[in-house]
Amino acid sequence: MTAAEVVARDAVTRGGTERRGRRRPPGRTVLRLLPLSPAVVLLGVFLAGPILWAFYGSLTNAALTGVAAKDPQWVGLENYTELLSDPDFLQSLWLTVIFVLVSAVLGQNLLGLGIALLMTKASKAVSAVVGVCVVAAWVLPEIVAGFVAYAFFNREGTLNQLTALFGIEGTDWLFTVPMLAVILANIWRGTAFSMMVYQAALNDVPEEITEAAMIDGAGGSKRLWYITLPMIRRSIATNLMLITLQTLSVFTLIYVMTAGGPAGASTTLPLMAYEEAFRYSDVGYGTAIAVVMLLIGAVFSVIYIRALRERKG
Amino acid sequence: MNRPAPLSVASGRRNTVAVLANVSLLVIAACFLLPLSWLILASLDPQASYQTQFPSEVSAANYTAVLTPELTFVPLLNSFLLSGGTAVVTVLAAVLAAYPLSRYQMRFNKPFLYVVLFGTCLPITAIMVPVYSLFVQLNFLDSLAATTLFMAASSLPMAIWMTKNFMDSVPVSLEEAAWVDGASAMNALARIVVPLMRPGLAVVFIFVFIQAWGNFFVPFILLLSSAKQPAAVSIFSFFGQHGAIAYGQLAAYSVLYSVPVVLLYILVSRGIGGSFAMAGAVKG
Repeated sequence: MTAAEVVARDAVTRGGTERRGRRRPPGRTVLRLLPLSPAVVLLGVFLAGPILWAFYGSLTNAALTGVAAKDPQWVGLENYTELLSDPDFLQSLWLTVIFVLVSAVLGQNLLGLGIALLMTKASKAVSAVVGVCVVAAWVLPEIVAGFVAYAFFNREGTLNQLTALFGIEGTDWLFTVPMLAVILANIWRGTAFSMMVYQAALNDVPEEITEAAMIDGAGGSKRLWYITLPMIRRSIATNLMLITLQTLSVFTLIYVMTAGGPAGASTTLPLMAYEEAFRYSDVGYGTAIAVVMLLIGAVFSVIYIRALRERKG
Repeated sequence: MNRPAPLSVASGRRNTVAVLANVSLLVIAACFLLPLSWLILASLDPQASYQTQFPSEVSAANYTAVLTPELTFVPLLNSFLLSGGTAVVTVLAAVLAAYPLSRYQMRFNKPFLYVVLFGTCLPITAIMVPVYSLFVQLNFLDSLAATTLFMAASSLPMAIWMTKNFMDSVPVSLEEAAWVDGASAMNALARIVVPLMRPGLAVVFIFVFIQAWGNFFVPFILLLSSAKQPAAVSIFSFFGQHGAIAYGQLAAYSVLYSVPVVLLYILVSRGIGGSFAMAGAVKG
């Protein structure tokens, strides 16, 4: 079900057929590729173009207003050297890593897997109810999820109502522990995706295999570790890749809840790029941050694709 | 709704496991539902605050207050144009692109799929700064059409590989029969492949539509005049201007804005039947 699998499989199946190559009429390939053109044009103009421009723009002092807006100067790697010595950037990078690791790789992934596993044991009705509740948070537009989370963690919000029930005086969660608040909000919002991926994956695990293992005396945790998880490992890898990259680019949720504050305490890279480019009008610097994010995304995807292919081989 | 427990040696232990699983799932469901309950309750409560409370009087006052053309109808219409357009363009381009990738073994397939894969990995948020510069240079700023095309392009990589995988599972033998009967490749695609993968295409369409509908950042950057902005952006300005006072109205507005995607999601997951994860949940 994944692009990575497709690529990996093609790599295996193609090796032989390619060299055998009979001579084909040259027009045929062009004709066959023609249906690709709308997609290629769209991707070229709106994705590849801006990405290439990002690499160039990050080497200039382009700005939204002022002299630099009309005539951006080539500044070489200045934006990047500035980035590396900018404590705000280093903090932002660190916050992004924490946000992705805790809310996606640990939170959404494990909770989603847990719910999907529990659903295989639970009654149909309960699974249905849970499915609706979890998916509801995910179907909601991100900005509404942001408002809801804002209200939930607010000083006068629902969370403090709950703590009051236990006689604990709450705090302004968005102000005192902004990262915790946005991480929990992102888990709440994003778990449905992992849950659905794992539901589908677990559905495809043939019952005979787990039953055979049961007859051989494998307990529940052993069956999970040695049979179920290895059988759905491709879904796990795909899911990790997708949620990591989704979480890496989360902007709206954090923007609505804390706007990156207080004092940058929840400013992940997307928020910092936005602030630099549009608030402080330093497009070159903002673009340099964008390039860093693109590179992080690229590194992640390469790691996951490699992991996928190694386990296949 | 409970299935009768299957007759098995381990059925006694299975029942204990089932009870435990049911209880933990219900606890999880409550945690997920709790924040949402504020949204619904506050939207019906004229005296709403950030507290979750049952309204002393249930009224639709919040809804009637926000149901004005400039606050709700125009932004919702813009959202429909933007998301619908994005989904249509994306699905069309994805189906066309997936066909050669799925049906022909070409030198070109593997590098293209690598590029597509890389595209699915891109954090779209990251390229908004360069995209803004591109739009300034091409004079595309504040254009619904250009924004639609950009949103379509940004969802294309994912759509292409989803579509290609759905297409791979449609057996080629059916098309070969059509080819023998003299149908062209495009004919076979339109008459045989697309109808067979309708559920898959619906998933792609809904996926793209919901994503576009909920997208705040892209129109926030690329559309300037409030007459063109979709609900995602106008709701944010409402939050900025009145959010701290009119909690109930903000909640009502949020509900109105969320209803279309929720309905669409339910409708389509019912139509698709068993092939979508939510189907079981909705059908009960």
